[in-house]
Amino acid sequence: MTDIAAPPPGARRFGLSSDEAQARLRRRHAAEARFRAYGIGAIALAAIFLVVLISDVVVKAMPAFTEYRLTMTVTPTLEQVSSDGTTDPQALRSGDYDAVLRAGLQELFPQVTTRALRRKLNNDLLSSGAAMTLRDRVLADPAVIGQPVTIEALFDDAADLYLKGLMTGRRESAGQGQAQVTLDGEDVVLTSSAPDFARALAEVKESLREEAAADRREAARLTAAAADVSGDQREALQRRIADLEGEAAAAEARAAAADAPERLTADLPSKLVFINGGIVKLTEISASEARGTVLVPLANTDAVAAGRWDILTLTQPEANRRLDDQVVAWLEDLKQRGMVASHFASRFFTSGDSREPEQAGILGALIGSALTMLVTLVLCLPIGVGAAVYLEEFAPKNRLTDLIEVNINNLAAVPSIVFGLLGLAMFLNFFGLPRSAPLVGGLVLALLVLPTIIIASRAALKSVPPSIREAALGIGASHQQAVFHHVLPLAMPGIMTGTIIGMAHALGETAPLLLIGMVAFIVDVPGSITDAATALPVQIYLWSDLPEPLFQAKTAAAILVLLAFLFIMNGLAILLRRRFERRW
Amino acid sequence: MVSLFFLLIVAVALAAFAFGRSRGRAFVGGGARLHSLPVYHGLFLATLCVLPMLVALAVWTPLAPRYVEARTLAALPADLAPQNALEQEGRLREARLVALGQFAGTPDPGIAVAADAYSGARTEAEVALLVLGLAGAAAGFAFGRRRLAPDFRARNSFEHVTKVVLIACSGVAILTTVGIVFSVLFETLRFFARYPWYDFLFGLQWSPQTAIRADQVGQSGTFGAVPLFAGTTLIMLIAMMVAGPVGLFAAIYMSEYATPRVRAVAKPVLEVLAGIPTVVFGFFAALTVAPFIKSVGETLGLSVASESALAAGLVMGVMIIPFVSSLSDDVINAVPQSLRDGSYGMGATRSETIKRVVLPAALPGIVSALMLAISRAVGETMIVVMAAGLAGNLTFNPLEAVTTVTVQIKTLLVGDQEFDSAKTLSAFALGFVLFFFTLALNIIALRIVRKYREQYD
Repeated sequence: MTDIAAPPPGARRFGLSSDEAQARLRRRHAAEARFRAYGIGAIALAAIFLVVLISDVVVKAMPAFTEYRLTMTVTPTLEQVSSDGTTDPQALRSGDYDAVLRAGLQELFPQVTTRALRRKLNNDLLSSGAAMTLRDRVLADPAVIGQPVTIEALFDDAADLYLKGLMTGRRESAGQGQAQVTLDGEDVVLTSSAPDFARALAEVKESLREEAAADRREAARLTAAAADVSGDQREALQRRIADLEGEAAAAEARAAAADAPERLTADLPSKLVFINGGIVKLTEISASEARGTVLVPLANTDAVAAGRWDILTLTQPEANRRLDDQVVAWLEDLKQRGMVASHFASRFFTSGDSREPEQAGILGALIGSALTMLVTLVLCLPIGVGAAVYLEEFAPKNRLTDLIEVNINNLAAVPSIVFGLLGLAMFLNFFGLPRSAPLVGGLVLALLVLPTIIIASRAALKSVPPSIREAALGIGASHQQAVFHHVLPLAMPGIMTGTIIGMAHALGETAPLLLIGMVAFIVDVPGSITDAATALPVQIYLWSDLPEPLFQAKTAAAILVLLAFLFIMNGLAILLRRRFERRW
Repeated sequence: MVSLFFLLIVAVALAAFAFGRSRGRAFVGGGARLHSLPVYHGLFLATLCVLPMLVALAVWTPLAPRYVEARTLAALPADLAPQNALEQEGRLREARLVALGQFAGTPDPGIAVAADAYSGARTEAEVALLVLGLAGAAAGFAFGRRRLAPDFRARNSFEHVTKVVLIACSGVAILTTVGIVFSVLFETLRFFARYPWYDFLFGLQWSPQTAIRADQVGQSGTFGAVPLFAGTTLIMLIAMMVAGPVGLFAAIYMSEYATPRVRAVAKPVLEVLAGIPTVVFGFFAALTVAPFIKSVGETLGLSVASESALAAGLVMGVMIIPFVSSLSDDVINAVPQSLRDGSYGMGATRSETIKRVVLPAALPGIVSALMLAISRAVGETMIVVMAAGLAGNLTFNPLEAVTTVTVQIKTLLVGDQEFDSAKTLSAFALGFVLFFFTLALNIIALRIVRKYREQYD
């Protein structure tokens, strides 16, 4: 009894309270805390990434959900809107509605007379979709021909971006002094009793300094890059560096001369002055006065009190924008007249794809996805459940069954693009099914999600206790009756959950659809499973490749729609599981 | 036409079912003792009617278009007879459009003749399907009706058919695998007949553009796939460097440390991450992560390609975090609690227990999880299609643009393709490599688990 307390001979003795032991314990506890922190860090990293991803998409998507429209009144005449002078719908369909809009715009800006300006007014302001709006209006009610009609015309995507503030930064400042306007030939000369223009000049000098600094940075970067290359490439780089240095030096010299007047070229931020109901674009600024060209005519040349005129600075230089100052001035003028308003872009949900970003919508892709999912569901639910029932309930334990099981597990891990190859070689080339059709897409996706559904269904069937089966058999049911009348209905919630999760997976799948040609540009909304169509994730891929900023916004918006569908489907699966799952 | 035929099948099935069941009921009414319920008599009869119709449809579907095509081509006058496959397709399309009344303009009279032949042949084919299907159904009905009797084992016969259908459903999995193997194998063999396989597997230059004219210089098309394998490996390694540690630590934390409340938050986060489509990750990689890395690199004075391997790899790594963590989670949970308790009893801290006891016990499972994650990363398409490059650079610098096997498959096969060019066929060779590589990884992963798993119970 007492020999337990006696240490065995030769054992090392550890004093639990010695300094050494305390230090060791501290080290071990620190290691414990570190290890735990790694774990928290890993989960936090995943969570942060998820938050960043979703907020990034949401922020990018916002501009796609609104659109700016111009509320304008036009008078369609019979000659314009009818190709043969009758109000026959066929004739009205092929009328020249652009001409009506052109006349309407001309009425808004009667002073635009030169050919070049007129072309700009007709082409850069409104979307080609505006004519469609007018056509639909006239077709719906031919009585409006010859009458003034008020329509909401969609802006072109560049104008829309400007109005949303995504094209350039805007800085408005009210004039501090009394402004004098004098005409000087084509130009207007403005003076102010306060140092308004001196401040504007200082801003210009500041942007020159920034430009010089940017040039210097670029030159430094290229110098570093030039060290790695040799020969012709190096010479070209060195020439470019010398150019940049020269530009930077020139800009710095201009910026240093604080009082020297500056010409506002296209590579400097634009300054527009709103005065007397008109808009003047400044071309030259000195400390005391500014000279500019008229973009929107002034009502008069009276002196204007302080605070009644404004200077608008567009921070993005004209050379770097898709919209020049003239169109900006028209837009600002229309905005002041209260004819521009932002609306919810329902078009995004009700129209098909388009080359024009402002008119593109996801309806075609949504219907394409829906048809594809329909084919997938019709095929993979019965086949998947049938296979699961056989493997779980009837299959004898033999090599064929083993082979099938190994096959199903391996198929679940085959890359999705390989299923695309299968679809291309088998369904398109061998069976000659139509390209780009939801039928083929659905077939391929059905094969893709089949393993998921079989595995989930087998798990659901397995969870039904044997007592159910035995009770059914005991009262004289055949094996199949026991399975189909008793086991399968009880397993149905689990099977449904697995099917929904599989369908959600199929809905987001893109790669196999690319290979079977569902990537074509398709304007029409598909009507059947053999029509050419595209699917929502493929539409996302297609739009993400396009350079227009509005298409990027629409890509993000389409992603939100896709994610919304996926969340609904997964939520439904969770609900089904919670509601119907039985623990035996 | 086919959908109409399906409706007909449903109608016939319903009619046969109703007839069979009423016959069964009549037997009961006549005082006989049935072997099978009346419902099974109906089901038996319906099956006998439907099966011949389905067989007819299965035979008709591949044959009918060929018959219509042959008739249309035969009707073409001699001067319009097509010289090659392309012309033949064009003529057929024209004739089809004319027949459907969708042809814009006035068709050539020869084409118009062919179009008449086309509509005629189509009608004949459709009538043939109807006749064949209904005759089959009638034969089945006649045969089945004679067998209906009180002591007829209708249930057993019907269940026999059901079982065959169920076996066929399970066979789809095998058919899919066979289909995949054959579709990539045949095209791959055709590719290797034109291009030596060792140059494909070991060649260092990838430039699949083939010459349009014979005399073009530098357009011979070389298919050395090593740059693609290297690019795929690079992106996979970056992805695994993210997903391996993060996924593993997440799994350890979730299974060993997390309180139920933390689990309730963290698990959905990982599940949501797992449910996000890859095209969304691709968008994020291409439009947010890649420009961010580029600008960070430039402030550090590095030259970063706008389609750097790093961006694609990082985002792909995040994509497979949930995959690694859920597989590892299962494995760690499978380690029996008694091992942990033993370790705690010896005075080990939690982290020591995990490092010295739990992880070694779970190692085979974790290795197989990582292998499955690698196979997922190698086969992933959309992220690399959107965020990685197209040019086959042979480099291991993560800041440069590289291309991958999946990107090339997609690039070579999307758009117009002629099925005879080495360019198109090379995509199938790449698919072949991809399929067998991932298959091998899966099989090895399963083997590792089976072989090295400790049996504790």
